[in-house]
Amino acid sequence: MAPAVPRSGDAIFANVERVNAELFTLTYGAIVRQLLTDLEEVEEVNKQLDQMGYNIGIRLIDEFLAKSNVTRCVDFRETAEVIAKVGFKMFLGVTASVTNWDVEGTCCSLILEDNPLVDFVELPDTCQGLYYCNILSGVVRGALEMVSMKTEVTWVRDMLRGDDAFELQVKLLKQVPEEYPYKDDE
Amino acid sequence: MGLTKDHQIAGETRNRSSLPDTAKNAVTAMAREVSESCLDSLLTEIVSSYCNVLYATKPELAARRIEAIGYHVGHQLSERYTMERPRFNDHLEAIKFICKDFWSELFKKQIDNLKTNHRGTFVLQDDKFAWLSRVSRDPSTEISGSAKDPENKAAESTSMHLYFPCGIIRGALSNLGIPCAVSADISNLPACSFVIRIKV
Repeated sequence: MAPAVPRSGDAIFANVERVNAELFTLTYGAIVRQLLTDLEEVEEVNKQLDQMGYNIGIRLIDEFLAKSNVTRCVDFRETAEVIAKVGFKMFLGVTASVTNWDVEGTCCSLILEDNPLVDFVELPDTCQGLYYCNILSGVVRGALEMVSMKTEVTWVRDMLRGDDAFELQVKLLKQVPEEYPYKDDE
Repeated sequence: MGLTKDHQIAGETRNRSSLPDTAKNAVTAMAREVSESCLDSLLTEIVSSYCNVLYATKPELAARRIEAIGYHVGHQLSERYTMERPRFNDHLEAIKFICKDFWSELFKKQIDNLKTNHRGTFVLQDDKFAWLSRVSRDPSTEISGSAKDPENKAAESTSMHLYFPCGIIRGALSNLGIPCAVSADISNLPACSFVIRIKV
């Protein structure tokens, strides 16, 4: 059998089952709104959104690997490009660009100019300190952890806070050597 | 309950003039989409966050919060989808809108069967409800959306997944000026019936 060829984000997105983005966007908005009511503290909402994203990321990585046929990335630079061009595209239908690399090549920014999570969203003044899209940083962190990369993912720019784009900084903390989660005799 | 009349929903849409359909297709073609996995992931996380983390010991409160999230979504969607149409003359017209246009926007299919007792109760059946297609089922257990069986965790978690769509329907109808209660019955999986009781 010929080896599987890596597929582009566009090709995968064109072939996956898709849903009305409005439903997705409004559902996410309603979750954030309900969490603000229930948790009261904005900081707690940020944490909960990040945790939800993490839980999603550790599951979505399987679908990502299965559908994209990507081979092992040679370095973190390639990893970041794959997330931006294939990962974001196949799930959200938009691509990100990768910039602001540090000299070691372990920290960069993913820039999203178009973000379906924030269509129709305006934040009231009472939500200062809220990272509305915090679920995304959790997804990236969770997904990378499943492929042995511990990262720290933080928002640098946020259009809902008046910036001109969404900028997500991804910092590689350490590469964990792969271990089997089970013993031979189990 | 004495539900008698079957409304042939699918048949009626074919009678529409072609112009609005074409216009609608043009809009649909431009409409933004995301992968189904994104929405599925969110729905899974709503249920697991509210049932296992935020209200782990209070399933009734978790259920109410999940329903409230659905209510907001339904309210907003119904506002958007009815912007350019005349007011509905009666409850049946509004319910038919939910069965046809509203359901199609959400699930790319219509409700398969609508029954009513003409006294404010409507049963909307989707023969293959998309949001339950990945739910495992145990044919030996009979579950309904409101049933509480502490012995059966799977049934409870399935019913938790139904509060969101029930909330969506209640929110959509509430936006159309129709206060109601909505429950779900999944004794016939993969079919799912939503029972709407209009408050008078």
